[in-house]
Amino acid sequence: MTDITNILIVGVGGQGTILASRVLAGAVQMTGQDVKVSEIHGMAQRGGSVVTQVRYGKEVASPIIPEGEADIILAFEKLEALRWLPYLKKDGSILINDQRIDPMPVVVGTAQYPSDVLDIIKKERKEVFIINGLGKAVEAGNGKAVNVVLLGLLARYLKIDKQTWLDVIRETVPSKLLEVNLKAFEAGWNSFDR
Amino acid sequence: MKKLLTGNEAIARGAWEAGVVVCTAYPGTPSTEITENAAKYDEMYAEWSPNEKVALEVGLGASIAGGRALVSMKHVGVNVAADPLFTLSYTGVNGGLVLVSADDPGMHSSQNEQDNRHFGRAAKIPVLEPADSQEAKDFTKLAFDISEMFDTPVMLRTTTRVAHSQSLVELADREEKETKEYQKNPFKYVMIPANARHRHVVVEDRLIKLKDYAESTDLNRVEWNDTKMGVITSGVTYQYVKEALPEVSILKLGMTFPLPRKMIIDFADKVDQLYIVEELEPFIEEYVTSWGLDVHGKDTFPLIGELLPETIASKMVQTFGDCSPCETTEPNQLQYEVPPRPPVLCPGCPHRGLFYVLNKLKVTVAGDIGCYTLGCLAPLKAIDTTICMGASIGTAIGMEKAKGKDFARNLVAVIGDSTFIHSGITALVDVVYNKATTTTIILDNRITAMTGHQHNPTTGFTVKGEPTKEIDLILLAKAVGVERVQVVDPFELDELEKIVREELAAEEPSVIITQRNCALIDKSRNSPYSVSAAACTGCLRCLKLGCPCIAKEGKKVRINLAQCVGCGLCATVCPSEAIRKEGGAND
Repeated sequence: MTDITNILIVGVGGQGTILASRVLAGAVQMTGQDVKVSEIHGMAQRGGSVVTQVRYGKEVASPIIPEGEADIILAFEKLEALRWLPYLKKDGSILINDQRIDPMPVVVGTAQYPSDVLDIIKKERKEVFIINGLGKAVEAGNGKAVNVVLLGLLARYLKIDKQTWLDVIRETVPSKLLEVNLKAFEAGWNSFDR
Repeated sequence: MKKLLTGNEAIARGAWEAGVVVCTAYPGTPSTEITENAAKYDEMYAEWSPNEKVALEVGLGASIAGGRALVSMKHVGVNVAADPLFTLSYTGVNGGLVLVSADDPGMHSSQNEQDNRHFGRAAKIPVLEPADSQEAKDFTKLAFDISEMFDTPVMLRTTTRVAHSQSLVELADREEKETKEYQKNPFKYVMIPANARHRHVVVEDRLIKLKDYAESTDLNRVEWNDTKMGVITSGVTYQYVKEALPEVSILKLGMTFPLPRKMIIDFADKVDQLYIVEELEPFIEEYVTSWGLDVHGKDTFPLIGELLPETIASKMVQTFGDCSPCETTEPNQLQYEVPPRPPVLCPGCPHRGLFYVLNKLKVTVAGDIGCYTLGCLAPLKAIDTTICMGASIGTAIGMEKAKGKDFARNLVAVIGDSTFIHSGITALVDVVYNKATTTTIILDNRITAMTGHQHNPTTGFTVKGEPTKEIDLILLAKAVGVERVQVVDPFELDELEKIVREELAAEEPSVIITQRNCALIDKSRNSPYSVSAAACTGCLRCLKLGCPCIAKEGKKVRINLAQCVGCGLCATVCPSEAIRKEGGAND
């Protein structure tokens, strides 16, 4: 299944991973490819570790990505980037929001948040891209738009026509939040500097 | 153009296209969005029923009257609806009736992972299993036809990965149809023993006809490929098999009860080795083994948890070594400890105040199903039992009856507003009727939160957002015969603690309603609180709240300002006034 692109979007419940995956899937669909998305709803959305999976290509069967098969991981939080790293291909790319959210076992002191998360990831994989998504979202006018900043970064990485992304965002995001989200997307888009 | 839909959206669309007139449900992951989406179509009546039993009864009423009805629930909801279901199988239908059972292998958001194909077999009704959103829509429509053709309710069994995966769907128009004529027919619809005995004969006869249908329907099909290996599979697992074992021949079953025996035997004859790849129970396998066929199934693949595509390939390799058709990837394990991230009560969650107090008082807590189940996790650790919807109150009664009234002086039942309406009321009746002294705490956050904020009989709105009469929990508790009913804001910790102590001490039934809006629907966002490092003594009392916004930093604490919603509960518990609203930054 080498003609399929596998993208894993990981984060903490409440960070807006589902919206990001929906916009991504919408943009891919506009390119005429087959696409499948798998989401997890319910209890994990209450601050737990969440993952949504997007797969596209000529013909996609399974909606979920086997371990070690992701081409790209878009991580909304550093620890989640590390947790899902085994899903990334050896030559895959990982885009990481440089944000730390302590899980409850760390808060109550029964576990340690590894201080060198990004170093570990860089040791494991070559293609690591780190962005201050929260800072850029605040600059764009709303800290909650981190998901769209990250989407903007991913969009640039995928090289799908920019107008396609903007069209899908217009269809997906409520109109009163559109302006801030377009700005956030722009901020993410422009932070790609390879 | 094709549309990208989740399985749940596709089922709602399928119902609409099939001319359904009534959709009922009680919310439950992963089924909830079926009815949320059904409610968007003006042509269909939709409701959140108080529980799954009522949902199915409303559905069967619609069906007997002549309209098509879609009834949706999660797998454990079918347990609640089982009573009408088993007899509905005897009466059959008038307008088609489809029951969606959304199973949750892997228990992403459930208390067990029962396989509801067993219900189909036990109730003797056909079971269809779609493998993606297109099939979810198509099978829904076909299920209505089968229902009317064979005079039977039909179960459409999905799993989390079908319900919550999006794939492309070809849409069609609605087939607007007149509801069927209603005719009084007590022989068919009044299940007194004399009539039910006749209907049981009809059920068995229907099953024979359905077995013939299973042999000829397009729901079941063979995809021939290499015949060295043949795989029988159903549901989303079919997609995994296609990807993990691209060269094998596949018998894809869209209908898993009753099974097409001849078709399966014929398939088995034509392949060298036969495998059954199915998630959870060996449902197909037990039949196939009973027919004397040599087959590999649960000897190879796990019975517990979600079956993943990588598991299918790797188990084949482990068991048979030379699995040439398998596509496997080498394992990719991390060498590092990654701390787990269990779900938590949200910042500003009203339940936090209650569980903080219950933890402090060290009471035994019979718990229930909802967001508040998370009160069992550290550091709140306040819940002793969680079994099923509505179980808290009955559990508390049983504890008291076994251990005596003194035990009940340190025992509460906690139950959410929607869960109380679902199946807590009858147990509260039991408290009063059988002279228990249970303290019941109803956590009223004005919404059904865990499943994504659905209205319920206590919120004053219907699934379509129309205003309706709001059930008054105080009047309800009093009507049942509970004389001691108090209402309190769970963030008023001193008041709450005083009331809980009073009601625990009282040797009679009591109800405490903790009332505060769910933090996710509360529109009034306050500015965040922050910690003054100079004033913080490092007592860490605020960490006992289990708020995800408060983190330990060195010997003191710090508030994550991006996450904090300004509920102020931490400032309430801080003994040194180190947590303040003004400032807006930790210093």
